[in-house]
Amino acid sequence: MRVLVAMSGGVDSSVAAARLLKEGHEVVGATLKLWGGPSDSGCCSVGDVEDARRVAQQLGIDHHVFNMTAEFDESVVSPYVTAHAVGKTPNPCIECNRSIKFGSLLTRTIRLGFDALATGHHARIATRAVSHGTTRSSGSPRLLRGVDIDKDQSYVLSMLDQDQLSRVLLPIGEMTKTQVRSYATDLGLRTAGKPDSQDVCFISGDHGRKEFLSDRIPLHEAELLDVGSREVVGHVQELELVTVGQRKGMGHSRDGRRRYVLRVDVPLKQVIVGGPAEAQIDRLTLDGSTVCWVSDALPSGSRVFVQVSAHGRPACGTFEGDDLLTVVTLDRPQRPVAPGQTVAFYDIGDPDLVLGSAIAT
Amino acid sequence: MIIYMDYASTSPLRPEVVEAMAPFNGDNFGNASGGHRVSRYAKKALEDARDSIAESCGVESGEVFFTSGGTESDNIAVLGTLGAENKRRGEPTAVVCSAVEHPAVFETFRSVGAGRGLSVGSVAPQTRLAAVDGSGVVDLGSLEEVLDQGVVLVSVMLANNETGTIQPLSSIVDLVRRLAPDAVFHTDAVQGACYLDLASALSDVDVASISAHKLGGPKGVGAVVVRKGINVAPLFHGGGQERGLRSGTSNVAGAVGFASALSISQSVRESESTRVGLLRDRLVDEIKSSVPGVTESSDRSKVLPGHAHVRFQSVDREELVVLLDQAGVCVSAGSACSSGALEPSRVLTAMGVDKEDARGAIRFSLGHMTTAEDVERALAVIPEAVGRLRA
Repeated sequence: MRVLVAMSGGVDSSVAAARLLKEGHEVVGATLKLWGGPSDSGCCSVGDVEDARRVAQQLGIDHHVFNMTAEFDESVVSPYVTAHAVGKTPNPCIECNRSIKFGSLLTRTIRLGFDALATGHHARIATRAVSHGTTRSSGSPRLLRGVDIDKDQSYVLSMLDQDQLSRVLLPIGEMTKTQVRSYATDLGLRTAGKPDSQDVCFISGDHGRKEFLSDRIPLHEAELLDVGSREVVGHVQELELVTVGQRKGMGHSRDGRRRYVLRVDVPLKQVIVGGPAEAQIDRLTLDGSTVCWVSDALPSGSRVFVQVSAHGRPACGTFEGDDLLTVVTLDRPQRPVAPGQTVAFYDIGDPDLVLGSAIAT
Repeated sequence: MIIYMDYASTSPLRPEVVEAMAPFNGDNFGNASGGHRVSRYAKKALEDARDSIAESCGVESGEVFFTSGGTESDNIAVLGTLGAENKRRGEPTAVVCSAVEHPAVFETFRSVGAGRGLSVGSVAPQTRLAAVDGSGVVDLGSLEEVLDQGVVLVSVMLANNETGTIQPLSSIVDLVRRLAPDAVFHTDAVQGACYLDLASALSDVDVASISAHKLGGPKGVGAVVVRKGINVAPLFHGGGQERGLRSGTSNVAGAVGFASALSISQSVRESESTRVGLLRDRLVDEIKSSVPGVTESSDRSKVLPGHAHVRFQSVDREELVVLLDQAGVCVSAGSACSSGALEPSRVLTAMGVDKEDARGAIRFSLGHMTTAEDVERALAVIPEAVGRLRA
């Protein structure tokens, strides 16, 4: 097969390329330049591109750099800023996977005559025809959690569909991170000991989210209102940085009560907070227009596991979806989920099997 | 099989250059600044090279200063002339360059305008840009508007690196002398030196930059030509080589290779312009007849003979470069940033080309080793590659 490997300059994609090469595929590396800003923490810094290029040279494969800064700004950064301006907490990594890596780059991969795009994500694609719990697949690609549960990235791939999966390879999903690193060490790859990437790639660790957003949108002061008493229990300086479910800095020191953010109301400049008992939800409300299914749509009334963050603990619930309303009723109440966050669905019979995702409202 | 069509980026060494440099990469290794015979051999070679380059440029030997290449020459020309005393009557108000200058000039002008570098006086001069027309030729009306008595430096390139557009230097210099009589005039002749008559092109300018590797010479060596009467301050300090303008142990092998490459390219200039120009014409004409939706970026009569800058409608240049690379055809899609990613072209924007149109811009640049067979081989793969990307 002719495979284009998306090489971020990290150890996972380095090993992905090396493994494909060892399996006898014709491999070409590509690194995306996504961001021109001052952040140097993500997949787009000059140093990372250099690492990717050096690994490609070491492996003896061709390597290209693609400038997708315009698409990235339009599909990832701008929506991220807009979402924060209305009090939502978006997940830019998922949007990048959706529109850049498995969008523009995948389209380009096929147009350039490659058979598949490979990435270094910790997740697996299986095409065996096996029945799993309530879902049956026959030869169609299925998306599974990575073998290394601590590094599993299936959550950020939960918006992939059949068309995309049939043209994607995830060569390191069967490996633990330790195995990936020792594979890289054995080959003498310069990325073997490189630290994992953290946080949002376009926001620099030094300046953070606050500075990034304050350069782009006005940040407002807001009152913290207790949900029960409607009393003002404190203030925040930057309403747009507050996330539903957040506990830190929510004025609990004043009366000793621990409080969580229940709702962010940008027009009224209010943050509604409540104690542990009030910060409980028994169902997740989802934006129906954002529902994606890896394979077949889950019938309304199906039992499902839901995961609401990259490494969150899956919870059991019942999926109900029609044209008007998409919800998951939870078996046990949990902390509220911020609007804008992705909710990934996993199979109740095989908790490794990704069924799809939707964005919380 | 590699079909190299990126001469504007760099060119292969001419066989004669390799031969000329060989002794200086071997037995004749001396430091040209010493007091013994090994140094004297090296010094003689260095000064012979300087004489030869001066002759090719139609200037005196004392006006040629060796540098590490075009970028350094441009920086010396801009920051060095601003940092030295040059004749001027009033307070300096502005520096002027064209909107399509190479980054080595453009970014240096920007830093001057931002108050960095060796700026004159306490107030940084304003940086003004002269606009270009749709072919990339400096618009004399626009230049006239930005010139006045307070302008102390003007820089306009001999020919553009991306599009190959040749500037009407003598009309430009005339205008500058008339409207900004105190201005030092610099030209970046790096791209134009291979095919244009250097002696004639440089006859009216004060300072010029040349680089060896665009001419079939080695990388890492070039010259800044500074005419008598123009003062230039050094950018860095040290042993005072190159008459104090450019400290650092002389690159003797480089200078020898540079002189050889410049001398050859100037002597075969007319025949090579015809030969390479015909190959270029065949390439562009055939692309245009076999591929729909192709635009030439500049009027061919105003472009260097080796340059073909064309825009393929509904094609992404990054993708076309990859497909052609896979077929062994090496072309360029514009300037890359430090990571190697393509940047939007400032030159095309200045020419009024819109974003969507600029997306499909590719530069084919031919040179001294290009053959008719190379052109036919490239033509055999280009239509299919474009077709696939449009499918």
